[in-house]
Amino acid sequence: MGVDNKKRYVSQLEAEGLNEVVPDDFPGKIIPGGNGGNIVVTTLDSVINWGRKNSLWSLYFGTSCCAIEMMQTGAARNDYSRFGFEVARASARQADLIIIAGTIVNKMAPVLRRLYDQMAEPRYVIAMGACAISGGPFYYNSYSVVKGADHVIPVDVYVPGCPPRPEALLEGMIMLQKKIETENMSKKVNPIDGFDEGK
Amino acid sequence: MTDQKVKTKMKTEEYFVNMGPQHPAAHGVLRLLLTIDGEIIKNVEPDLGYIHRSIEKMCERDSYQQIVHLTDRMDYLSSHINNEAVCLTVEKGLEIEVSDRVKVIRTIIGELTRLASHQLWWGVMGMDLGALTTYFYAFRDRELINDIFEETCGARLTMNYFVPGGLMYDIHPNFVKRTKEFIAHFKTKLPEYDRLLTGNVIFEKRTKGVGMLTKEDAIAFGATGPVARGSGFASDIRKKDPYSAYDKVDFKEALFTEGDSYARYKVRIMEMWESMSIIDQLIDNIPEGNIKEPTKAVIKLPKGEFYQRVETARGELGVYINSTGTKNPYRVKFRSPGFSNLSVLNHISKGVKIADLVATMASFDFVIPDIDR
Amino acid sequence: MKNEDLQNIINGLAENLAFSEEGSEFLNVTIPKEALHNVCSQLKSNSDLDFDYAYCITGMDWGEELGVIYHLESTKLKHKIVVKVMTDDRENPTLDSVWDIWRTAEFHELEVYDFFGVKFNNHPGLRRLFLTPDWDGWPLRKDYVDEANMIVK
Repeated sequence: MGVDNKKRYVSQLEAEGLNEVVPDDFPGKIIPGGNGGNIVVTTLDSVINWGRKNSLWSLYFGTSCCAIEMMQTGAARNDYSRFGFEVARASARQADLIIIAGTIVNKMAPVLRRLYDQMAEPRYVIAMGACAISGGPFYYNSYSVVKGADHVIPVDVYVPGCPPRPEALLEGMIMLQKKIETENMSKKVNPIDGFDEGK
Repeated sequence: MTDQKVKTKMKTEEYFVNMGPQHPAAHGVLRLLLTIDGEIIKNVEPDLGYIHRSIEKMCERDSYQQIVHLTDRMDYLSSHINNEAVCLTVEKGLEIEVSDRVKVIRTIIGELTRLASHQLWWGVMGMDLGALTTYFYAFRDRELINDIFEETCGARLTMNYFVPGGLMYDIHPNFVKRTKEFIAHFKTKLPEYDRLLTGNVIFEKRTKGVGMLTKEDAIAFGATGPVARGSGFASDIRKKDPYSAYDKVDFKEALFTEGDSYARYKVRIMEMWESMSIIDQLIDNIPEGNIKEPTKAVIKLPKGEFYQRVETARGELGVYINSTGTKNPYRVKFRSPGFSNLSVLNHISKGVKIADLVATMASFDFVIPDIDR
Repeated sequence: MKNEDLQNIINGLAENLAFSEEGSEFLNVTIPKEALHNVCSQLKSNSDLDFDYAYCITGMDWGEELGVIYHLESTKLKHKIVVKVMTDDRENPTLDSVWDIWRTAEFHELEVYDFFGVKFNNHPGLRRLFLTPDWDGWPLRKDYVDEANMIVK
């Protein structure tokens, strides 16, 4: 019957060559203990960062043309859910990443700030496209464009392009994952502190 | 308690709900202030300007070749057709006649753009009504058109391929072959789209009889594009004032008279079939000729006013250039199709439920940077 | 209908109309601002003219005068015309609204008010559409200067 043949211990599975239970990039070691338990040896920082970076859920925030390239990145050919960005959430309170895809205008800036404040920490920001980095093609002669989204909220990763290719956006997301790996819980610095006063 | 007693004892109030700028079904950053009573809508007031990038003011300090790259970003789903509008206006002012090769290539690329835009509309319309599969199907096929454009024009979304006087460079040698392969492939896919959505019971119940627009209202409100053609108003600029190579091809204008969201849906599906037929007629005989007529490096239009209309995937785009003879235009105005279509929304949404408003907006196919410019 | 016939019919509708065809492919009619509503409603109701589709309404700053340009078309008789109206007053420009003749003018006149500051009589609700309600100034006028935001090339 099934009950007796069930494999409970990692050591049993490893002996048969099935290593799929534990992913390759899991930071830490698993030591099989006796009586059905396994002991995981790792540091708290690395395992929490590993969990966070592999499941960042982004917020639907596309204002203009870069939104189409972001949608294309989520579609079938280049798929960002391979890297863990599984679902795009509609509400800011359930998201941990904003991808600012598109131009930020004077009228939209308070809305963006309010959305960022509604997100729960830890929260990350990717600025996608030339308009979000520095105003883009609308830098000169325009009275209503904010020259860069980092005048409004602190940004972690900049992805240049007009619009950037889906591969470029994927590289930006992976760069953000590498940045999260190196975070330290005891010396955590909140990027929004001191932002308004001009850090 | 009988029903009547319950109704008279219950007091309901109207209140405001904000369908805010960041919303999954808003197609961009459109803010709608709804006055609702329960679930029935009493008034819809749109609040625009969340992506107003002052393109018209910027054009007053740019040269004529530089205006073209700003129009790419207005209605980014039919970017080639926007570029064509400005190029045709400038060529009208300079009184240049482009060669037949340029006209045919502009028409073919315009129709491919229209196909790509309608594919995205179809995917997003299904998504708005809850069917997520359509999103993946549409984007899978749209990638093939993006590949064709990337080989010839260099970019996938905001291409700047048309210049006043002709094209920037010649088409890639693979263009004809890849386009023919794509058309053959897509002709087998469009019936698949029909099987998914068109005959679906839920889809029909949500779109038939929803968002009725009569023909007189469509003319009075200035509606254009598939919105007007779904109500019986024959407004296709490709038939009324033909430009480029549209007077040489034979195609039917998609016209339905019911005026509801299902009619607008059928108009766009029929337009996709007609686009493929136009490309079929032109792709095999692209004539030889000049790629670009010679113009001066600094273009100066003579003093006067020039107006040109084209048919984008959303309707009539008009470009009005007023020039005083200098190297920058004095005033540029873009008559955008979405702006007039948006003014219809309040009129047809009185007394419907919020879910019907979402279905109506999906069938209107707004692109908000086109409205806000 | 040819431009000369149009000109003859429209000339009879009011006084002080100026016609011109230079620098444009359509017939241009300049109307004094007091007669605007009257002439426009006749343009729509007269069965020989029948201009029922206003396809482009543009605000314009000619340097000293502000005004509006209407591009009109008839869907049945297929002719087009351009109507211009202007006012000299730059402090408080006021024109008549034509939204009861062509419903599309309701939104287009909001846009003209937002960018040029032209007020329209009898408009159902004049408000700022694209810019924030507390914006100072009328951006598309030629004498608009904003050193803080506009970086001029």
